[in-house]
Amino acid sequence: METTISVNLKIWRQRGPKEKGQFVNYHLDNVSTGSSFLEMLDMLNQQLVEQGEEPVVFDSDCREGICGMCSLYINGHPHGPVQGITTCQLHMRKFHDGETITIEPWRSAGFPVIRDLMVDRNAFDKIQQAGGYVSFNCGGAPDANSTPISKEVADVAMDSATCIGCGACVAACKNGSAMLFVSAKVSQFALLPQGQVERKRRARAMVAKMDELGFGNCTNTGACAAECPKSIPLSNIARLNREFINAKCSE
Amino acid sequence: MIDFAKIKDMIDSSPIMKDFADIESSKLPEYQVDSKIPEGPIAEKWTNYKAHQKLVNPANKRLLDIIVVGTGLAGASAASTLGELGFNVLNFCIQDSPRRAHSIAAQGGINAAKNYQNDGDSIYRLFYDTVKGGDFRSREANVYRLAEVSNNIIDQCVAQGVPFAREYGGLLANRSFGGAQVSRTFYAKGQTGQQLLLGAYSSLNRQIQKGTVKSFVRREMLDVVIIDGRARGIIVRNLITGEIERYAAHAVVLATGGYGRAFFLSTNAMGCNGSAAVQAFKKGAYLANLAFTQIHPTCIPVHGEDQSKLTLMSESLRNDGRIWVPKKKEDAEAIRAGKKRPTDIPDEDRDFYLERRYPAFGNLCPRDIASRAAKERCDAGYGVGTGNAVYLDFKYAIQRLGEDEVRDRYGNLFDMYQMISDDNPYETPMMIFPASHYTMGGIWVDYELQTSIKGLFAIGECNFSDHGANRLGASALMQGLADGYFVLPYTMQNYLSDQIKVPHFSTDAPEFDEAEKNVRERIAKLMAIKGTKSPDEIHKRLGHVMWDLVGMGRTLQSLVKATEEIEKVRQEFYSDLRIVGSADDLNTELEKALRLEDFLVIAKMMAIDALNRNESCGAHFREEYQTADGEAARRDDEYMYVSCWKYTGDNEKPILIKEPLKYEAIKVQTRNYKS
Repeated sequence: METTISVNLKIWRQRGPKEKGQFVNYHLDNVSTGSSFLEMLDMLNQQLVEQGEEPVVFDSDCREGICGMCSLYINGHPHGPVQGITTCQLHMRKFHDGETITIEPWRSAGFPVIRDLMVDRNAFDKIQQAGGYVSFNCGGAPDANSTPISKEVADVAMDSATCIGCGACVAACKNGSAMLFVSAKVSQFALLPQGQVERKRRARAMVAKMDELGFGNCTNTGACAAECPKSIPLSNIARLNREFINAKCSE
Repeated sequence: MIDFAKIKDMIDSSPIMKDFADIESSKLPEYQVDSKIPEGPIAEKWTNYKAHQKLVNPANKRLLDIIVVGTGLAGASAASTLGELGFNVLNFCIQDSPRRAHSIAAQGGINAAKNYQNDGDSIYRLFYDTVKGGDFRSREANVYRLAEVSNNIIDQCVAQGVPFAREYGGLLANRSFGGAQVSRTFYAKGQTGQQLLLGAYSSLNRQIQKGTVKSFVRREMLDVVIIDGRARGIIVRNLITGEIERYAAHAVVLATGGYGRAFFLSTNAMGCNGSAAVQAFKKGAYLANLAFTQIHPTCIPVHGEDQSKLTLMSESLRNDGRIWVPKKKEDAEAIRAGKKRPTDIPDEDRDFYLERRYPAFGNLCPRDIASRAAKERCDAGYGVGTGNAVYLDFKYAIQRLGEDEVRDRYGNLFDMYQMISDDNPYETPMMIFPASHYTMGGIWVDYELQTSIKGLFAIGECNFSDHGANRLGASALMQGLADGYFVLPYTMQNYLSDQIKVPHFSTDAPEFDEAEKNVRERIAKLMAIKGTKSPDEIHKRLGHVMWDLVGMGRTLQSLVKATEEIEKVRQEFYSDLRIVGSADDLNTELEKALRLEDFLVIAKMMAIDALNRNESCGAHFREEYQTADGEAARRDDEYMYVSCWKYTGDNEKPILIKEPLKYEAIKVQTRNYKS
């Protein structure tokens, strides 16, 4: 049954990337438990606007867990305490009446804060630009069924390709490592026949870009996979390591 | 059938239309539209066009700049392909990365006429199904071309490494979607849009790396710059700094998606908007068929006033799910009161109304029909949940296939449903209700995808061209990618071939000064209102007006009332809007206000277009025009045309221009999904 609850919010507010931020406390009543977490923040912002204050800035777009735009560190977890979902899929029924909820932006050197809870994830695009593709021009493709791919391989490649590029893995990692993100893309192409030709070059280029942009090394603790809203498995990182070593050895 | 002559006398709105639009000027020669459909039999038009069109040689391509606004399937595929060809491309999006565009949320699949299943599919059949699904209000030549290039799209995506679902033998798998009797839909779990968009994004990234495409994120287009009658640039607002920026090019491509958020609640993303279309409209591009908005039958019902968006449950669920409501009103009442559960209703007391009304297509009838049928049952008092919901039941599929197989096919969708509704769909039927999802109408384009402004092109959902009055499932992805990969990169060259002598434009031109000045004044005007209502509050009001009066069932009265109500919301917007913060800074409230201002323009045009169309066709259901058994009654004699609207001023009547539709390859008939 849907009821309404009251919540206390402790939200990180920061004007700009170089300015000092701080936690600000808010109180919100009449939050329907059927509302999503971001709808709760919409309500808060409506309340702030009514008081003439600037709303809390946060990213969100599709609100169905697929665009990767939303982020937020909620009560110490990227995308909140429930596993396998994004913040926009988190519902208020997961919180109890009177609870204090702490909301922070992604905390990582690779993702500077733009304002409040909004961060700059442009580094992820740069890593993809370094090699996250198959090089061929539109129009030159052979018939789609000319190369059979076993269902098992296609399914594993799909599991890797499911990454939404939200950055929760980096935010969860003590080292701010982007290994899970990079490994997901490298794995997808390493598994499929289409990715074979550029397999080694891709692994080298994407890892080099990742290092260049200041993302740390893997801690081997698995926090990334545990917090990943799409449950991208850690085995991708093992595959990335193999791909990278193999590529380096054959240089 | 109803007696049209009689009804026409009673309610024909042409006298009324005079109050809303200029319907006379369209007879003037300057308002005739040229759709540029190539000569020849339908199957040869595109081949002939390509054989005779003008091209730009590789050395000259480097001299030409192209702006592409949007990075969804259409925008990303166009930007990357134009980059591959050697043009200089400037690519813009409002999100923080091109990969976030709302195409990413498309779940079910993409159609193609591969006939891999050997079930009788062909280019002609895909073409036929699409025209019929669109209720004979789309342009035949465009749709045929769409079906023709559909197969290339699948080849292209597989070569990019898109992990489509496969059979155990290693070949591609297919499933069925509404409005088709073949299995032609390719898919990647329930995330087909994501995988196709990431494929286009990967090609785009390759071009960004090469330097042929420059990517500008978190930028929102606020105007098109016209120089000597041709689109030569855009004005954008940098959403991080609030700065107004100018960009010039030889041509501008709009790939900015649909205007479904005019209803406020929709399956669209929070940032989806119709603003680029409105800017183009105000600069002279025609908007067409705006009344054709798709209400998707399978969405999770509304839960309350604080809701920000609605979530779609993929149409693919209708492959195995059966839709029903209780046969007895007292059962429906008991369920609504919480006294009975759906599982308490025995099979013989369930009304599988789609199977009952449309035996040949059953649960897989097209979206407009399924949505209206749900509304009909709920309006008649058989709805469940809040009264505005019907069941989508997998009990029968689980009996037939086993829970594991159902989980394998739809697991992620079931999880999503459970997360939102807190109900387990393996045990109790899902509740669904129609919601605004896609807009078939949009910017008018000719066969070359060029708008009525020279050098301004529109692709993907933001144009009007291929879906007629109703889009079939898994056809949006097909159209976006067809436009971007295989159509625009050709047709655009026909325009650009005589532009090679035109030097790179400077943004210092007086036209840019003027456009920027207008944008700054527009923003200043909104900031100065200093009222009491947030953009979201006013947008919600507009949404209620649109859903109640311009929604699934429209009448002459409701539409006239809609125009009055929209005007009231507009007054409220200009007198009581409150935007906190500053214009020269990151300001999400200002972004919302600017988009809402444009939605108000679109909303009014939607109502006017619906008012003008005195017939029911596809998603446009005018209640006055229906057959005895409640089906849409088209009036081909009067309305077999594209209604194009020309802007004449904020408080002036738009001019109606008609593009007649001719069907040569297909015999026009009444849509029949019953037998």
